[in-house]
Amino acid sequence: MRKLIGFIILSVLPVIGYSAGGGNVHLEQANYDLTDQASLQRGAKYFVNYCMGCHSAKYVRYESVANHAGLTEDEVKNNLMFDESKKIGQQMVSAMAPNDASRWFGTAIPDLTLTARLKHGGGDWIYTYLKSFYVDDSRPTGVNNIVFPDVGMPHVLVDLQGLQKANFKIETDADGNEHKIFEGFEQIEAGAMSSEEYDSMVRDLTNFMVWASEPMKLERQRLGYWVIGFLVILFVLAYLLKKEYWKDIH
Amino acid sequence: MRDVDWGWLLRYLHSTGASAFFAVIYLHMFRGLMYGSYRKPRELLWIIGVVIYLAMMATAFMGYLLPWGQMSFWGAQVIVNLFAAVPFVGEELSIWIRGDYVISDATLNRFFAFHFLLPFVLVGLVFLHIVALHKVGSNNPDGVEIKKNKDENGIPKDGIPFHPYYTVKDIVGVVGFLIIFLGIVFFAPDFFGLFLEAPNFEPANPLKTPDHIAPVWYFTPFYAMLRAVPPMFGSQFPGVVVMFAAILVMFFLPWLDKSPVKSVRYKGPVFKAALAAFAVTFVVLAYLGLKPASPILTLLAQIFTALYFAFFLLMPWYSKIDKTKPEPERVTG
Repeated sequence: MRKLIGFIILSVLPVIGYSAGGGNVHLEQANYDLTDQASLQRGAKYFVNYCMGCHSAKYVRYESVANHAGLTEDEVKNNLMFDESKKIGQQMVSAMAPNDASRWFGTAIPDLTLTARLKHGGGDWIYTYLKSFYVDDSRPTGVNNIVFPDVGMPHVLVDLQGLQKANFKIETDADGNEHKIFEGFEQIEAGAMSSEEYDSMVRDLTNFMVWASEPMKLERQRLGYWVIGFLVILFVLAYLLKKEYWKDIH
Repeated sequence: MRDVDWGWLLRYLHSTGASAFFAVIYLHMFRGLMYGSYRKPRELLWIIGVVIYLAMMATAFMGYLLPWGQMSFWGAQVIVNLFAAVPFVGEELSIWIRGDYVISDATLNRFFAFHFLLPFVLVGLVFLHIVALHKVGSNNPDGVEIKKNKDENGIPKDGIPFHPYYTVKDIVGVVGFLIIFLGIVFFAPDFFGLFLEAPNFEPANPLKTPDHIAPVWYFTPFYAMLRAVPPMFGSQFPGVVVMFAAILVMFFLPWLDKSPVKSVRYKGPVFKAALAAFAVTFVVLAYLGLKPASPILTLLAQIFTALYFAFFLLMPWYSKIDKTKPEPERVTG
């Protein structure tokens, strides 16, 4: 155990400074809008169609999607729930068995409910990640990702986005080490969507995932204005009362 | 959080409350440092205060494991392993604390029980804190003992009744605090990753060590000191000793200050400079504890750890040679 703590502290010392450098990828602005219910509805549609084959959002109930995205329960049942036996109050759990998933992809498939709060950059991270797959024949899935290097996930949206390749330039630093610097993408195979359509689709998906990570966000902000407004008025009154009581104290 | 009406509000009040509690306690302690409230005749008051601080730290640490996120798990892993660094009995001690060979369900259950129990201990300690205060009376920014100067009815001439004067004054303070506190709860409950750390949004996974383990901000000054001390004789124990010594040294503060006056108002430039340097040191250490360590940051942490202890250990010397101003007989305006 003494070794373990030594290991933990020592490994934190040097290694992290370098590995943290991996997070320096420039993230694009997603510009999602949680108040845009049409976007949330489209995002939910894309999520159940493209993500939920493998990923769950197990802290989100279908009913909650209906309430926040402005849908009726029947609309959700008919369009977003593919398993007849499921009820509206159940969670959004993928049909893929976790054991199969680990066997097929070599890693546990993460739940996506809280991804927007877990990743540095939040929605922008998701948006950029979904746009950053590129051809890499050295990977088992044939693609790699700039934002999440060597990710196990295949490019499930390839039919929509098409294929792109990433251009790198090789730079040599003062120590003689070579670094691959990412310069940009180049479309090599067209998808079903134009570049603008794809951006907009990914934005909807991001919007849905940011909503899922904190469904009460709009509600808490709405309530917050009332609470703070009340307290500011109370503060003024309390201050005047204090001044009145203390006017004789010198 | 999601399925209970207003559950999200309770959770955010609780998580923000932990940080807010430490924020006001740090302000309270700094005020005590400034006005010499730890000095005779308030030694017992100060000591109970430090015990309260320790109890708070234990409560906060055990509470942080309960969400069972990545940072909860690995934070507890690091801290419980500190006890494993104790010579001879460390291994058994850490197993005894965890109730298992790893952080597990047994650990989670007992931490939950303690997280529930300790606040009651805290309330008891606060009661003692107030009893100890009641005996000697509150200090004031002048550091004048108002109980030395009483009128014919035995009421201090410079005193005013707690009610209504301090009740109405404290309402202003409480409302001001609530504006900041609820502003964070409603508009920035993560507080930029300081109050709710991003890695904790991933469930605990014993097989996956996070890139960077950092405690919540209120523990980071001590975490920085822990990491600053290099292992000696193949053991991390010296770092652990330094970290605990950083808190224990506070107990001796009432006897370290040899200045003839209490309050910073009448203390000389040396003490003022030392106090300012100490405040800066604490903030810098807190910052360093949040950052992944690098050789340059570790060196900085070592320098500031030395400064932290210098403030306490050199106090008998610099508080004596300092040029003080005369303390007034009565409380000034």
